Amino acid sequence: MAINPPADVAADLGPAEARHRWVAAALDFCRRRSLGAVGAVVVVVMILMALSATALAPYDPLAVDFGSMLSAPSAQHWLGTDSFGRDVLSRLIYGSRTALLVGFGAAFLGSTVGAILGVGSAYFGGRVDLYLQRVMDVFLSFPLIILALAIVAILGNSLQNVTMAIMVPMIPRCALVIRSSGLAIREMPYVDAARAAGFGHARIILRHMLPNVMAPFLIMLTAFLGQAILLEASLSFLGLGVQEPTASWGLMLRGAAVEFAETAPWMAIFPGLAISLAVFAFSLFGDSLRDALDPKLRSL
Amino acid sequence: MRIWRTWTLALLALTLGALGPLAAGDASAQDKPRSGGELIFVVPSEPPSYDAHQEETFGVIHPMAPHYSTLLRVDPFDKTGTKPVGDLAESWTISKDGLTYTFKLRQGVKFHDGSLMTSKDVKASYDKIIFPPAGVKSLRKSTYQGVEAVEAPDPSTIRFRLKWPEASLLLNLASPWNWIYKADILAKDMQWYAKNVMGTGPFKFVEHVKGSHWVGKKNPDYWDKGKPYLDGYRAIFISSSSAQVAAVRGERAMIQFRSFSPPERDSLVQALGPKITVQESSWDCVLMVAMNHEKKPFDDKRVRRALSLALDRYEGSKALSKITFVKDVAGVQVPGTPYATPPEELAKLAGYGRDINANRAEAKRLLREGGVPEGFSFTFRNRGIPHPYEPLGIWLIDQWRQIGLSVKQEIIEASAYHPMLKRGDFEVAMDFQCGFIVEPDLDLGRFLSTSDANYGRHKDTVIDELYLKQARATDLEERKRYVRAFEKRLLDEEAHVMYTLQWNRIIPHSSRVKGFTITPSHYLNNQLDTVWLSE
Repeated sequence: MAINPPADVAADLGPAEARHRWVAAALDFCRRRSLGAVGAVVVVVMILMALSATALAPYDPLAVDFGSMLSAPSAQHWLGTDSFGRDVLSRLIYGSRTALLVGFGAAFLGSTVGAILGVGSAYFGGRVDLYLQRVMDVFLSFPLIILALAIVAILGNSLQNVTMAIMVPMIPRCALVIRSSGLAIREMPYVDAARAAGFGHARIILRHMLPNVMAPFLIMLTAFLGQAILLEASLSFLGLGVQEPTASWGLMLRGAAVEFAETAPWMAIFPGLAISLAVFAFSLFGDSLRDALDPKLRSL
Repeated sequence: MRIWRTWTLALLALTLGALGPLAAGDASAQDKPRSGGELIFVVPSEPPSYDAHQEETFGVIHPMAPHYSTLLRVDPFDKTGTKPVGDLAESWTISKDGLTYTFKLRQGVKFHDGSLMTSKDVKASYDKIIFPPAGVKSLRKSTYQGVEAVEAPDPSTIRFRLKWPEASLLLNLASPWNWIYKADILAKDMQWYAKNVMGTGPFKFVEHVKGSHWVGKKNPDYWDKGKPYLDGYRAIFISSSSAQVAAVRGERAMIQFRSFSPPERDSLVQALGPKITVQESSWDCVLMVAMNHEKKPFDDKRVRRALSLALDRYEGSKALSKITFVKDVAGVQVPGTPYATPPEELAKLAGYGRDINANRAEAKRLLREGGVPEGFSFTFRNRGIPHPYEPLGIWLIDQWRQIGLSVKQEIIEASAYHPMLKRGDFEVAMDFQCGFIVEPDLDLGRFLSTSDANYGRHKDTVIDELYLKQARATDLEERKRYVRAFEKRLLDEEAHVMYTLQWNRIIPHSSRVKGFTITPSHYLNNQLDTVWLSE
């Protein structure tokens, strides 16, 4: 795993120079990792779509219109309507909000908590490391979806609970990866120097160790994003995620979408495509980011 | 050219005329019951226990009713499902004061263990239902409050003595839940039937493999000679509705006795064509909305009325009947049955008027008067069953949005739903009622102030009095008046609950299945003694 120099070095650059470096890095990423760039573009489009859903959606996603129920794609309804006459495109656009909200929420919280626990575990070592890792092992013994199902069954199925249910199984997975990076960083001279200078544990962890596990952290984050979106869709499809009438891609795939799969296939095809595209985009972007940030893979 | 056409038509008419009797003869041959074969049907739910006296799910009735007989039953060929006929009872008389019902039992009826059935067994079974000893659960004992005693004066006579005349008693004795058990077994162990099967029905028990199937075989000693026609039956338990459809489509099952949804029906008809026969009927089931009178603002009848006024039931009926099994706009009785309110009178109740704009304007006014602000938010709890709960939940939330309410839906898993209702742990929740027969005594008892099923927790002595008056009225017209007054009080003046749409039962089944008549209840006609399979 990559071990970067202390992040303080970047802070020594002027703002214009730092911006220039970022733009150059982004352009270099696009040139060298074109698939990753495609993924990034899709992700950006999704984020923009979610942010401007109110302006973009042609109809109210919750508005039932029995006069247009099960309409095929047309000029009025580009992606058709569902069994309640609700516009599929509008529900897809608003559904991206649910997907990203749960996806980013769960992935960011899960990765962050996992990173803190991983670094803490590596830094303190000894009994703290031993006990923390055994707890992580217990969580890791459950498959992702099973643990999420169990949590949502206990907590109930609100948006917050679904986010929590997806977040919890991600913590030990991230903690494990970050810990292995942290173990190497713990032995670095600048950590010894900080200790010798009398800095506290919190300062050493937050200022000197955490910034240096950013690369694996970002990689885990992007990988978890796609997984979280897929998990949210799966839970909603099973009726354990967000509930009707909230627009959600997984929810759009269940119930009437199955019953009318032959007569109104657009009800299942478009949300299915949206989920696939989002997960594919996050995976492409995440993989390329990993390649770009890992010095061992840079020349490949 | 013209003359050729005339001759051709004449020849065709002659040919058809000559073939007509032959064709009719063939049809009547097809209508003659044929013995043999195994009926395979799907059951979407499994029996929690084997004792129907303490259960209320069709998961008990569908696989197990063929093993048992009842004192009376609903005529298996009556599409209205309201005509009682004898099952173990051969005949009966009612005393002039309406306080004594005497039944003569069939002679020579045998239990599956070979012992004779007598009035002692009927008495023991009804004593268990009406006067259960401590610790024995009987779900329907409250519907027999008028029964003072059950007597067995001789082995072939059973007598019910009442405290007051009850118009509904005969129908109530035709309940498909009141299986007749063996007295000697009950005397030893009241809970024996919760785990064992032994009745006098047309089929004997073979095996139950949990999560898989239930098998029954023909009872050669069945009292109705010549029946049953089937050699046996196999009930397969499948909970997923798409898997149920796949089983019928793949001809691995012949019928499912509860109901399929309209799109499921259409897909089966499209796939199987003439191999599928569809029977439809109004269904004595309805989804209601319970509003918790102990939670603000639902303690205010103006708010409750507003919620009902928001519903465009007529438009909802037209559209929702295409996607799920609901259909008729109804009051407290199934449309077309004796005590049902005619449509023009029904339209006078809150939320049943045909001018939806006027209804919603009135709803908004009532909400303002009740101090409910625009955009007021509440949680609607719904049962985690796809049909018709989910589509109706979406529809209700949309209707309430149109009077400025913001409603969040929370789905509760089916097995946890009733405990939630009983605890009163909700603001507004979906409630449901399914009856085995359309009868005001059975349908309205749940709205009594003291009823355990009064989930909205209203206290209304007027409702209680009207219920008693209708129950004791022996004149049809007088009883109708009380039922209407009850309905107006329940749905309009106090709006204690709101009715959504009456269910519509849809049974697409293999055309080989004969002798099954659909009724408004999925609890009826499951003894299978009249069912046979064509070639």
